[in-house]
Amino acid sequence: MIVLENVSKTYARRIAVHPVTLSFPAEKTTILIGPSGCGKSTLLRMIVGLAAPDTGRVLIDGEALSRENLQANRHRIGYVIQEGGLFPHLTARENVGLLARHLGKSTQEIEARIGALAELVGIPAETLHRYPQQLSGGQRQRVGLMRALMLDPPTLLLDEPLGALDPVTRHELQAELKSIFAELRKTVVLVTHDMGEAGYFADEIILMREGRVVQRGSIDDLFERPAEAYVRTFLTAQRVARPHAPA
Amino acid sequence: MTALLSASTKAAILCMLLVAATGRAAEQTINVGSKRFTESYILGEILAQTMRGSGEARVVHQQGLGNTAIVFAALKSGAIDLYPDYTGTVAFELLNRKDATTLDALNKALAAEGLGAAVRLGFSNTYSIAMIEKRAAALGIAKISELALYPNLELGLSQEFLNRRDGWRALKETYGLPHTARGLDHGLAYEALAAGQIDAMDVYSTDAKITRYALRQLADDRRFFPPYDAVVLYRLDFPDRFPRAWAALKTLENRIDTATMARLNADAEIAGRAFTDVARDFLGGNGAASRPAPGPAARRSFWSVLFGPDLSRLTLQHVGLVGASLVPAIVLGILLGVWAARSRRAGQWILAAVGLLQTVPALALLAFLITLMGTIGTGPAVVALFLYGLLPIVRNTASGLIDLSPPLRESAEALGLSPLARLIRIELPLASRSILAGAKTSAVIAVGTATIAAFIGAGGYGERIVAGLAVNDTAMLLAGALPAAALALAVQWGFELLERCVVPAGLRLSPQNDATG
Repeated sequence: MIVLENVSKTYARRIAVHPVTLSFPAEKTTILIGPSGCGKSTLLRMIVGLAAPDTGRVLIDGEALSRENLQANRHRIGYVIQEGGLFPHLTARENVGLLARHLGKSTQEIEARIGALAELVGIPAETLHRYPQQLSGGQRQRVGLMRALMLDPPTLLLDEPLGALDPVTRHELQAELKSIFAELRKTVVLVTHDMGEAGYFADEIILMREGRVVQRGSIDDLFERPAEAYVRTFLTAQRVARPHAPA
Repeated sequence: MTALLSASTKAAILCMLLVAATGRAAEQTINVGSKRFTESYILGEILAQTMRGSGEARVVHQQGLGNTAIVFAALKSGAIDLYPDYTGTVAFELLNRKDATTLDALNKALAAEGLGAAVRLGFSNTYSIAMIEKRAAALGIAKISELALYPNLELGLSQEFLNRRDGWRALKETYGLPHTARGLDHGLAYEALAAGQIDAMDVYSTDAKITRYALRQLADDRRFFPPYDAVVLYRLDFPDRFPRAWAALKTLENRIDTATMARLNADAEIAGRAFTDVARDFLGGNGAASRPAPGPAARRSFWSVLFGPDLSRLTLQHVGLVGASLVPAIVLGILLGVWAARSRRAGQWILAAVGLLQTVPALALLAFLITLMGTIGTGPAVVALFLYGLLPIVRNTASGLIDLSPPLRESAEALGLSPLARLIRIELPLASRSILAGAKTSAVIAVGTATIAAFIGAGGYGERIVAGLAVNDTAMLLAGALPAAALALAVQWGFELLERCVVPAGLRLSPQNDATG
């Protein structure tokens, strides 16, 4: 369980996140959604320690994130960004194995794990000797996911992971990600601005606007019990067909 | 010959590797200096050969050491033991004492520095202002004061004369001259004068070219120029350390009159004979010559000068200077660049500091380093090149790191790599192309700048350029400049090859080479 306790963040003169307390339950998929600049990515970056909250603290399994346990926590979090964030000077295989090698794991162990992950994300093993530049967008995303899963962390943070993909590849990967989340029982926090995607993945959705949480609940809650007019505006703007709608 | 050559190249390499302390390697070595003009080369060689004849110690002639400030710094630091200079220069330029024109007065002032002046060689080489005889006659100019009547005359003066205390500014004031003078290399000024591009220039009264170019020396009607008697400037401990060599030097007293000196200068500059030969002939077998000096080559073809026997030695020295300065510049440059990228505030200071280094004129930096390190030659030259080489590397390292895409940098951080591992495994490889480009710029600049090392006796292609300039020998000058240019191209080409080894393969791909869905 990850808890953000009364955290806030201001960049220059712009308030990114107003003080807020949020929890992300273990082994569930929570979606952070909202328009650009609503603060959703900032919350994710606080958890992985890329942004330090101005107030409040981040608790991971009851322990506050600090300078001392920052690296250890990062090893227990898989972080995936758009395009996978792969290092262009390393092959796909080197990208995936980089951290494990840095932590002194044996080559045998690393190779076995890479083989298993390639199968899990559905990427042919021979593709792994290629450099990121030589991979398609979908392949890059899969390799990014492999890298995040390498140490089998209990938590996955994904920041618009499918944002740069064409609709077909995106659709395909959504299905695969959903089954992987379910199979591995990870605590997942996924940032998106696409309500269709949110509804597809979510155990729970947190809708944000201008650094504040507008509403938290299931997709049905958002449709049937919008907390304020903006929820309806957002849903309408996205032309989302309501799932499981009564005929 | 081959054995001799390889021995000298070995010595050259050794020289390059040893820094700072090598100036006075052995106690039993006498180091003679000279400035970079024909007469100084010849006199230095005469002093060296005379002392070598005494058989008391090994004598090394550190020839063509830049300007007066550099030679004097070398003398004060003990990098050289003695060199030929002129009383007027010592009084005005080095001591700033207008009154100290007698040898006694000079010695009184020099004693405070542990130096002395002795052995009057027998001639005075005073500055004067000269014009082409015909032109001077046509305008009716015979005296310096008459220059004031023609404010439109173009004056081309040597940088040294322009800038020294007893030089142009004082002359202009004394005679009330309205002209603005242009700075020209002394060797080139004769050509400019003959071509009519300038009307008057500064000359030394023993210049061989005064007769050759049919020049009229204008009378110093206000007695501005003090006597410039040729003397030996030496360290006061020298006569005690090398009594026999000193005794041999004393025999040179009054041996060279003005006509003789002008003839020796003409032998070197116009007949194109090597300085060592000119000096040996003058001494009539009473001395022993140094290794062949890069003498003027008026009588040799350009190709024979270019591929002369000193080519391999000069190449090794040049490459050695560049290499010995570039490697530490790359190491420190990258470290400073990383620091500058990590802390913007430190970065501003670092870039300002290494940028400021670039603005220090090479000769000033060399003079300063000679004083600081107490030696001339390879040491200060390498340090100067090293300092000049920092800026491109520091700047490119810093900008290469700062310009890394934020998502990549954050990916590395979020992955949980330690800061050092991030730097070594991710950030530096990603910035490698920029860093290498900086190193390439530094290397190419260093090849060019290394030619100034010859001013302080560190060798390299600059030896030919300096000698060529000193005696106005275009073939010699080109024979130094061309290999330097070729080396710069080779370095450029070499770095492009190196890029294939240093820049990771993944960064050299064009996007989406063979992407599949």
